[in-house]
Amino acid sequence: MEQLAPRLSAALSHLPDYLGAHVLLSASALVLGLSLSLPLSLAALRWRNFAGVILGGAAVIQTIPSLALLALFYPLLLLLSSATKSLTGASFSALGFLPSLLALSLYSMLPILRNAVTGILGVDPAVKEAALGAGMTPFQTLLRIELPLALPVIMAGIRTASVLVIGTATLSTPVGQTSLGNYIFSGLQTQNWVDVLVGCVAAALLALVADRILAALESMARRRGGRHRLAAAATAVVLILCAGAVAANFRPQAGYIIGAKNFPEQYILAELIDQRLAAAGLHASLRSDLGSAVIFRALTAGDIDVYVDYTGTIWTNEMHRNDSPARNIVLEGVTGWVRDHYGARVLGPLGFENAYVLAMRRDKALALGVNSIADLASVSPQMTVGGDYEIFGRPEWQQLHLAYGLNFHDERQMQPLFMYKAVADSDVDAITAFSSDGRIAQYGLVTLADPKHVIPPYDAILLLSPKRSNDRALITALQSLIGKIDVEKMRKANLAVSREEQQLSPAGAARELWKEITGGGSSE
Amino acid sequence: MTGNSAKPAIEIDEVWKAYSPDGAFVLRDVSLAIEARSFVALTGISGSGKTTLLKLINRLIEPSRGTVRVDGADVAATNPVLLRRRIGYVFQGVGLFPHLTVAENIAITPALLKWDKAAIAARVDELLDLMQLPRVLKARLPATLSGGQAQRVGLARALAARPGIVLMDEPFGAVDPITRDTLGRDYRALHDGLGLTTIMVSHDIVEAVLLADRIAVMDTGELVEYGATTDLLARPRHESVRRLMQMPLDQAERVGRLAGLS
Repeated sequence: MEQLAPRLSAALSHLPDYLGAHVLLSASALVLGLSLSLPLSLAALRWRNFAGVILGGAAVIQTIPSLALLALFYPLLLLLSSATKSLTGASFSALGFLPSLLALSLYSMLPILRNAVTGILGVDPAVKEAALGAGMTPFQTLLRIELPLALPVIMAGIRTASVLVIGTATLSTPVGQTSLGNYIFSGLQTQNWVDVLVGCVAAALLALVADRILAALESMARRRGGRHRLAAAATAVVLILCAGAVAANFRPQAGYIIGAKNFPEQYILAELIDQRLAAAGLHASLRSDLGSAVIFRALTAGDIDVYVDYTGTIWTNEMHRNDSPARNIVLEGVTGWVRDHYGARVLGPLGFENAYVLAMRRDKALALGVNSIADLASVSPQMTVGGDYEIFGRPEWQQLHLAYGLNFHDERQMQPLFMYKAVADSDVDAITAFSSDGRIAQYGLVTLADPKHVIPPYDAILLLSPKRSNDRALITALQSLIGKIDVEKMRKANLAVSREEQQLSPAGAARELWKEITGGGSSE
Repeated sequence: MTGNSAKPAIEIDEVWKAYSPDGAFVLRDVSLAIEARSFVALTGISGSGKTTLLKLINRLIEPSRGTVRVDGADVAATNPVLLRRRIGYVFQGVGLFPHLTVAENIAITPALLKWDKAAIAARVDELLDLMQLPRVLKARLPATLSGGQAQRVGLARALAARPGIVLMDEPFGAVDPITRDTLGRDYRALHDGLGLTTIMVSHDIVEAVLLADRIAVMDTGELVEYGATTDLLARPRHESVRRLMQMPLDQAERVGRLAGLS
């Protein structure tokens, strides 16, 4: 792999940014988790009935998948943010740092709580009685006897929590928080294994370093006379974290924020938008790998200013429509709806669709005599279909079954990345591909027509946040993209970042795409 | 005996104790007056209530009914923390704080009473000398001490704030017989020298007889007999007490006979 060195240096150039954000987030979450858990564990020891509730609650939180926990905090904080805005006039950003911080803090609580309670209960009752007998108050007994003696067990819990938090913090990328997860999410999408590896190794090393630091703090706490130094060090750490967190979260956002969901086409288009803004002298920053449910809310709340979505997604997910009218009707419907409900603006369609489409190997389609989805009705009971994580739960999948009488033998969910390879290798018989994906052509797949137009159109559209909906400079800079990207151009760009040979970065593919749009003319 | 004129340092008056509202009583109607400067042994088999009775005095346990007075004041009306700081407390597990040095263990109550540093340091040295412990032990952790040394440190800790009253729960239980005997004698000398009032729980009747001025015999929560050690030896009123007191006498006789034969 002669690409290794440049890829590695490209990956490492992001390290200060990603690692810094990751450290700030995990350390803040740990400090917050600790400052919640320690008083709670003391309360649990004081009121034993309470202990079951607290430990049970923490255990329940632990069973919530971490990604879901992170995502759940976003709408919650949005509500809170709009409430504070209406009360005090000031609002805070509900995207990124805060939801991640809260979710990770909750996540860190179980090991800390459980070890603190176990550790303090494990102190020799004879020693506790001696402390009371010597004339200590219960509080002095706790502070001078029980806590120091339980310290190794408590610290073990904190160290477990730190490893847990540092690992889970990689999942905060989809809620808009920069972390080492940025390497992993985008690396998986673009098959950039160097990125994935850098992300994993960095997170693992960070976890190890944090563990060593905590061990050092512990021995400092146990050394004679080390307590004052420890208290000073801990206070300093907390103050620095608070300052960093406030600065990171409340700094005035310079320029425009471009959002992107978590697949290559989105990275390319976000880079393309960034390049167009830069060419117009506008400064912008990217928030990539946002979850599908998070990104639309982020736009309407003004946490991001612009991104590319697809008409069908808003039509079904946000407007909850299950009919499937013509392309222009859906586009008009979506445009009017986002304007009326949120004051957001659809600047226009980019010119291509990224719709769900059923794809098969050409030879298999020929052998079975399948040309359209209608032809699948008789053969589907012998077929296994692969799809991304959401398609089988979406209304249009049910509509497809009803409209064409489909009844697949098995439905398998997989990473979109592996889907095309899976059908090419006959691991599955058909997949729910994306129509703008370059790999349809790369693997020589055929797409099946949808004669009954069950699947709604998925026109790529540029969405502007309410506060940017009349931003002349922004609109002028992006106008040149409207209607200019046909599906062939998009497929070519998508393939450029996902192919094995001569792979381009999303930014590189965006530059190539711009050349195509302007007819191979000068770009930069 | 200090005579009839001595005021009682501790009075236990018609005390009942049950650990749960509907549970069995572990103490039933116990009344007991302990004169200042006397050495009283509480004895009886396991579960007779002697440890419970001891802990009523420094309010580690509260009575269900009845009153406990220390130096004439009802302990129920006394701040338990301040009460404990003026009563020494030693018990079987020793309960030295394993994360603190010998000096810090001994200094704990004076430190809680906010003595100044120099006074505390001087007191620690004084107590080490009193307990015949080498001063080099000061910086050591309890885990590095022998059983006898740990017991002496426990005693030093109990005596650090110059209490008038010392409560002891099987204080010499965890050491070998020779060390135990030495510790007992040394403590008795301190008791006399410092003018302490000592209440010692012991199930070892020989130890009780050899150390105490007065003995209280407990059985299933009741005080069976309480009197001067010599009276209990010579004229026990209860059959059970007579049998109990007979044991050290028989043992002494057998040992004497063996010694005479050899």
